[in-house]
Amino acid sequence: MGLLGNAVISGLLLGGFYAAVSIGVSISFGMLDIVNIAHPAFIILGSYCAYIMNAWFGIDPILTSLVLIPAFYLLGTAIYQVYHLAFERRGDQSLRGLAFFFGLLFITEVVLVLVFGVDYRLVQAAYIGPSLHLGVIELPLRLLVPCVVSLGLIGLLQVFLSRSFIGRAILAVAQDQLALRLMAADPVRIKRIAFGISIATASVAGAILIIIQPVEPSLGREYIGRVFAICVLGGLGSFAGTVVAAMTIGIVESLTATFYGPSWSPAVAFGFLLLALAVRPAGVFGR
Amino acid sequence: MRITTFLLVAIVCAALTFLAARWIGNGYVFFAGYVVLQYIVLATAWNILGGYCGYVNFGVAAFFALGAYAAVAVGKLVPLPLPVMMLIGGVVSGVLGLAMGYLTLRLRGAFFSIATLAMAVVAQTLMVNWAFVGGSAGAYSIRPMKTPLLGIDYIQYLFLLMLGLSVLSVVTARLIERSRLGLGFASIRDDELAAEASGVPTLRLKLFATTLSGALMGMAGAPLPLYVTFLDPPSAFSLSYAVNTIAMPLIGGTGSWPGPVIGAVLIATLQQVATVTISSAVNLLIVGVVLVGFVVAAPNGILGLMRSGVPRERRGARRAVART
Repeated sequence: MGLLGNAVISGLLLGGFYAAVSIGVSISFGMLDIVNIAHPAFIILGSYCAYIMNAWFGIDPILTSLVLIPAFYLLGTAIYQVYHLAFERRGDQSLRGLAFFFGLLFITEVVLVLVFGVDYRLVQAAYIGPSLHLGVIELPLRLLVPCVVSLGLIGLLQVFLSRSFIGRAILAVAQDQLALRLMAADPVRIKRIAFGISIATASVAGAILIIIQPVEPSLGREYIGRVFAICVLGGLGSFAGTVVAAMTIGIVESLTATFYGPSWSPAVAFGFLLLALAVRPAGVFGR
Repeated sequence: MRITTFLLVAIVCAALTFLAARWIGNGYVFFAGYVVLQYIVLATAWNILGGYCGYVNFGVAAFFALGAYAAVAVGKLVPLPLPVMMLIGGVVSGVLGLAMGYLTLRLRGAFFSIATLAMAVVAQTLMVNWAFVGGSAGAYSIRPMKTPLLGIDYIQYLFLLMLGLSVLSVVTARLIERSRLGLGFASIRDDELAAEASGVPTLRLKLFATTLSGALMGMAGAPLPLYVTFLDPPSAFSLSYAVNTIAMPLIGGTGSWPGPVIGAVLIATLQQVATVTISSAVNLLIVGVVLVGFVVAAPNGILGLMRSGVPRERRGARRAVART
């Protein structure tokens, strides 16, 4: 019973982390229809930034990520600008767009390899190590703090999207770009802002990734499928759906790892996704 | 050019390539050349589904590696000659392609690509957990010194087999292109809904494309265990195969059979040179940068650049004809 309980709890916490990782893709793929397959690479980039600050100056990784949010936002806007000029203006060229991001994924990964090498890197922080004990349930702070940060980030984003003008414009551009243009808002500018936000979340996601596990440049490849699986399962563009799907996948992976062996857990998440795509492509909370 | 003439020309080119490689005398030419030929096959196979039909397959590694693992598994049970192993690998991956086609029949665009990625991960997890083929620890394949019948070095034999497979895949691609099948594929790529409404049996054609593409990739994968002598899931299912296989047709041009060949020869040769001279991490950087550059600046690849260099008079005449 204790084992099952702990597996479910750590699955939930892991799911919270997966939600932060996927929220960026939920914005770019769910709302803007941009298949940003390079998102995990930017997350790893965020992890390495947090690592450098932590290794050289001893700064807390989450603090680093918050400070770097503007830099990642600018990176996002720059990438969107290139994407828009090269692809969106030319019409429906989804193959080229996919290939563009695929190329970016590998460029980012190899640059990190050339700069940092392929060793695993980790960070030191006060909350990596101790855990809270609630009876038979153990809550490792290493998982709890990232989960809390992640849910906080998503909550903030949800409030921003539903209350502020830019946020509502982002929701609008997902629904009807022409109508938005008629409301005197430039869809390209709104999409640029949204994509910038999407990459900015990668900064925070990267910091909490390196808190949870050691990071090496090609780790992003493992997350590509997971991230898209969560977004599709949760219904594209729905934050609540993303969180629920992330928690589900986290729990399923955790249970599989505990009772069947960790080598089976990747297959389970993707088996879920393949099933969902075959049966209900709109996702759990799909529109 | 009729297809039989094309086949003969291709065989002659392949024979000349083999003789040139032997004439150079350096054994490494065969090792590097094997990789280039392997990518010609992979790129051409990918292009049948990706370039002709418009369905981007990210799960290249699954078909390729399953062909390799089929060879390992069969080799452990009963040692068969390598061409037979290649056929077996082709059948296994062809069946996988058929299954993938059925599962993903309702998906378009990005969803299809994500599903293929998911399938690759599932395939990798299955191989990791299958102890018979070595699981996570990997499987060793001892490469014989000399070929059984021909008496040449084994690596030259692998090179020869890959040459044969390249000829087969290129001829198949050209055959498809100039046939009604190719017209059907093009209609699916251009507008699937309109094709379906016009009576094109899109499902059947898509299934054929995925099966054929998978089978060719599986055949390319079957000699891999003997080439690398040590096969383990992370390297067999590596995403690098996917990025290379997708980059090559996109750089060379996806519309026709020369595109993947040009792209494969260019990129694979660059990579082999970079691996030997600079470092092996740089070769992925090369692929990434060239891919992004071409996709942004030259969407129709090298073939597109060549075609846009047609002299003005001919272009004007074509436009005049089109207007009447």
